[in-house]
Amino acid sequence: MITPSGNTSEENIPLFSSNEDLAAVCKRLRRDIVTMIAKAGSGHPGGSLSAVEIIATLYWRVLRHRPSDPLWPDRDRFIMSKGHAAPVLYAVLAERGYFPREELDTLRRLGSHLQGHADRNATHGVEMSSGSLGQGLSFAVGCALAARLDKASWRVYALLSDGECDEGQTWEAAMSAPKFRLDNLTAIVDNNGLQLSGFNKDIMPLYPLPQKWWAFGWEVLEIDGHDLDQVLAAIKTAQQIKGKPAVIIAHTVKGKGVSFMENNVDFHGKAPNAEQLEKALKELA
Amino acid sequence: MVEEIAPRDVYGQTLVALGKENPDVVVLDADLKPSTMTYHFEKEFPERFFEVGIAEQNMIGIACGLAASGKIPFASTFAVFAPGRCFDQIRVSVAQAKLNVKIVVTHAGLTVGEDGASHQALEDLSMVCSLPGFTVIVPADGIETAQVIRAVAAHVGPCYVRLCRPKLPVIYDNNYKFQIGKADELRPGVDAAVMACGVMVAPALEAAKQLAEENISCRVLNMSTLKPIDEAAVIKAARETGAIVTAEEHQEHGGLGSIVARITAENYPVPMDLVAVKDVFGQSGKPVELLEKYGLTSKEIVAAVRAVIKRKT
Repeated sequence: MITPSGNTSEENIPLFSSNEDLAAVCKRLRRDIVTMIAKAGSGHPGGSLSAVEIIATLYWRVLRHRPSDPLWPDRDRFIMSKGHAAPVLYAVLAERGYFPREELDTLRRLGSHLQGHADRNATHGVEMSSGSLGQGLSFAVGCALAARLDKASWRVYALLSDGECDEGQTWEAAMSAPKFRLDNLTAIVDNNGLQLSGFNKDIMPLYPLPQKWWAFGWEVLEIDGHDLDQVLAAIKTAQQIKGKPAVIIAHTVKGKGVSFMENNVDFHGKAPNAEQLEKALKELA
Repeated sequence: MVEEIAPRDVYGQTLVALGKENPDVVVLDADLKPSTMTYHFEKEFPERFFEVGIAEQNMIGIACGLAASGKIPFASTFAVFAPGRCFDQIRVSVAQAKLNVKIVVTHAGLTVGEDGASHQALEDLSMVCSLPGFTVIVPADGIETAQVIRAVAAHVGPCYVRLCRPKLPVIYDNNYKFQIGKADELRPGVDAAVMACGVMVAPALEAAKQLAEENISCRVLNMSTLKPIDEAAVIKAARETGAIVTAEEHQEHGGLGSIVARITAENYPVPMDLVAVKDVFGQSGKPVELLEKYGLTSKEIVAAVRAVIKRKT
């Protein structure tokens, strides 16, 4: 029987949820993110920092998973479609015990388990190889179909960037999930408003984004993606929707938590230098 | 009269048989099920068949999610659309991820016929063979197709199987045993070797028969597995015959001929000729007319064999 538990010290607890103070966890994750990217000398801080509360809520409050048994068949699936934001996922997986924290220092190095973009064959706990945008929601649809065929109770959560809503495949997948009535699937769009070379509204306008998902047949929820209570409440609401999938449009700030990275397109894919790292860590103390 | 069977008909029937044997076999199609013949499976197992509409990228991605969750997905469309419409999905989501996805395409090559150049896949093998870890197979007839489909279902890893539209003459009997990665010697010979796949295997055999009348002893190999290619059989043929002709319904760039040429160049260079499409697109026409127009006939193979034998030192 799977029951929520705050106890993470005992072995064999299928539900690896935790009551640890999430705000403190999020600060720690942000420090890990900027530190590992600074050490690597390259990487994507902006879209990693914007997704911290979303992924932390999933891994600390929602997902049924076993860090000691990453391929446990009944685990909930978290699909990281925005594979460039791998550092936030690596920080979370390390914190939850999928691999030693020291490995975070090896990000992007030759032979490392922590590849520049998420790679399912390299890293324990990574479900999908991503990095080429727009592919994750299709993968999540496939997982959700498999769960239904097996009459399994595990659920699928897919994290998309807003930028990858430019990709046609995202909308192919968005069209198919309601067709298959996948109420075991929740998509979350990290709507930080920026992409590699500028604001979404200038590169390729996405709005009205909620209406687009609604028109494709999804239940749509809109939240502040940095408000932990809203994130959890939206996911719980999404779990209750029957007969169709739900999407959570999470309004976020790119580079959240580091003043000079916030809403700064320069930090989409650039590492902080030593001085910037020091400043960032002070802000995140 | 030689019996003729459409490999895609065999594909549809074999899927149904596999579906009965293994509940994990699932099938996806992108609005081509009456042509790819996957509709047989849908009829039998509607809950395990997923129609994704005209959306090949999504089809491949869904197949990946199913494979990562323990299913054995067969994803089908025309050869022009996979890999053509979804190469990056096949590259990253399938190949790099090493997922157990089976891509079985039909209507490859010029023999699509009247639909014309847009529908005549002549570069798909080049694209798929360039991906690490992919198994790539082009069956020569209906009998081999049934065994190939069973073999890729049993094999763990990404597979691409290329089928054609028309019926093909039956080459094999039921005693044939296909093995992934093994070339099959259909005819012994010492003066030259013809290596063919798919639609071109029957013309290769016809060419060898004609050449025998000129006292030219021509070995014929069915190279149905392009990847991993049977390197030993290629090197052996190069050593024992000293001249090689390849024949395929594909561009000369990156297909069977290119692969064989790489192996001989690295191991045992011999005079070679490639019977393939010479860097042009096709056009509308009857399959037989097109094969004639673009030089994919037994006549061309005969001429190529004579030419490579002349080049022997």
